[in-house]
Amino acid sequence: MTKKFKMQDLDCANCAAKMEMLIKKIPGVEDASMNFMMQKLTLTAPDDRFEEIVREAQKVCTKVDDGCLILR
Amino acid sequence: MTKKQKKTLVRILITGAVFAVLFVLEHAGAFASLPPLLTVWFYLAPYLLISYDVILKAVKNISHGTVFDENLLMLVATVAAFAVGEFSEALAVMLFYQVGELFQSYAVGKSRRSITDMLDIVPEYANIEADGQLTQVDPDEVAVGTEIVVLPGERIPLDGVVTDGSSFLDTKALTGEPVPRSVNAGDEIVSGCVNGAGTLRVRTTKAFENSTVTRILELVENAGNRKAKVENFITRFARVYTPFVTCCALLLAVIPPLFFGGAWTDWLRRACIFLVISCPCALVISVPLGFFGGIGASSRLGVLVKGSNFLEALSQTDTLVFDKTGTLTKGEFRVTAVCPESGSEAELLEFAALGEGFSTHPIAHSIREAYGKPADLSRVADVEEQPGLGIRAKIDGKPALLGSGRLLDAENVAYLENPAAGTVVYLAAEGRFLGSLVISDTAKPGAKEAVALAKRLGVSRTVMLTGDRRRAAEAAARELGVDEVRAELLPAGKVEAVESLLQAETGRGKLAYVGDGINDAPVLARADVGVAMGSMGSDAAIEAADIVILDDDLRKIPATVRIARRTMGIVRANIVLALAVKALVMVLGALGLANMWMAVFADVGVAILAILNSMRTLRLGKTE
Repeated sequence: MTKKFKMQDLDCANCAAKMEMLIKKIPGVEDASMNFMMQKLTLTAPDDRFEEIVREAQKVCTKVDDGCLILR
Repeated sequence: MTKKQKKTLVRILITGAVFAVLFVLEHAGAFASLPPLLTVWFYLAPYLLISYDVILKAVKNISHGTVFDENLLMLVATVAAFAVGEFSEALAVMLFYQVGELFQSYAVGKSRRSITDMLDIVPEYANIEADGQLTQVDPDEVAVGTEIVVLPGERIPLDGVVTDGSSFLDTKALTGEPVPRSVNAGDEIVSGCVNGAGTLRVRTTKAFENSTVTRILELVENAGNRKAKVENFITRFARVYTPFVTCCALLLAVIPPLFFGGAWTDWLRRACIFLVISCPCALVISVPLGFFGGIGASSRLGVLVKGSNFLEALSQTDTLVFDKTGTLTKGEFRVTAVCPESGSEAELLEFAALGEGFSTHPIAHSIREAYGKPADLSRVADVEEQPGLGIRAKIDGKPALLGSGRLLDAENVAYLENPAAGTVVYLAAEGRFLGSLVISDTAKPGAKEAVALAKRLGVSRTVMLTGDRRRAAEAAARELGVDEVRAELLPAGKVEAVESLLQAETGRGKLAYVGDGINDAPVLARADVGVAMGSMGSDAAIEAADIVILDDDLRKIPATVRIARRTMGIVRANIVLALAVKALVMVLGALGLANMWMAVFADVGVAILAILNSMRTLRLGKTE
């Protein structure tokens, strides 16, 4: 499943690039793209683990830039 | 400005004012007699006001295990500056850092808005008629096959077929084409266009999520996801840049004083300069911003670029391959030359229209179309159509021949051979040659100009692919100014032709293929850049192509190449500027020749310059 999420308070382009890199490394993630200009995350992952992976992705975002939220 | 930005602005203004006062006082020597431990408090108060969020974030991010983060580096740099007694510099670094951050988020927000405004084509409602009354519903809820009503001035909410009414549609927002398109019952219309003065009834053919407008928006939004090579390079570079510069700073602060007897404060000051410029922000933000603007500028022209990578590839295009029929030419056969042996062109055309009056052959059709009036078919008798040869008939009682040269040969009529490319129809009456007509596919308006413009932009090789016979194809290519022809190709042969052209590509040059997207999806996919033309509403084309030109105007190809080149130029200029300034300040800093102010400029100043430069891409194409 591929889903798009709006990001909140994604303030720096460098952070967005870092987050994208780290989210791609989460086991199970097939593809991830952080679009800084549109403030959107596009995530592709297996359906049955999707929720869990989104939670992981949120952890990664918090780690890179505290306060940056994946809106769902 | 958002609330958050306003809050930052207020903090910046207050700190700025305090800083100005302190700056004047310091230079007037007011603090000279005070002990530094007292003076520091004058600076520490505004410093805390301007930096508290940076401090908080740095602390939080450390607790999450992020080490090389810009907040922390800024904090370390300024604290170190305080430690070596450079109070005003420390405050200034933080102040300008915040100015830079605010400007960045403002500029990004502004660019984002200018793109979304431009793409303000999303219809908000659809009218459904029930019991003689119109009700507005969410287009999302309209089932396929529903009849909707579009009132004058409204936006077409869903793709569909007009069942009743006629009007003009403004397609400018989609295609950039300023001339309204006339629509009548039976015509297909696409969502996102604006209805003119007539009321239309439309039977929808697609659900909202599959409608043209939704797909277009999605394309442009997702374009940033496909990153250009230079963008990936910068991301990789940024990843090593910050740790590298931080380590340099550390070594600089420790090694010389420890082993070579340097003064601690002096080398700490030099290390601070490194820390201040350790953030690769200017680069990382200006590159995607530049591409975003370039893609936005293209979509204003009615050209959808599906990713930054394709814009990058298009800028390097040196081979342009065109499909012929439907792309360079209209794919409609028309009488393109009337060559009477004696008498007028009109007489010859009338004669031809009479002779071909009963035929259903496409050639007959194009002749009747060229004649323009209904021919008086009572003057025609004894029509005999010979497949592959032509027509024998009696016109006004006289025996007439209309057809290929072989037909006239068979009747021993002498004729003047017409060397024109295309299909030639020879005409004779009572055994006497009257003249000939040439029927051929016609070039699209602007096709010749587009090829010439592309060549002027440095496209060194132009190639035309076609299934047509060699002679006709070569003539068409000559007319359009295309250098090379691959003729008599079967559909599969087009892929092979592109493959061999791709192999001939050397160095950084890229190959772009332009087709109508209807039956050349494999070729579009194979080329470095696949461009589909005139595909407003064609799902297959939008799917297969990398760049979609929504209307039929070939001149948009060179225009887009130009936007791509300018975008790349701006992006490269930013990279060079940022790297050069940072490297220079670092070298000077290590040698002890730079001060904090220069570091602030190398960081914030360069970021602001790069962002302003990138924002110019938003305006590309507007001036042309």
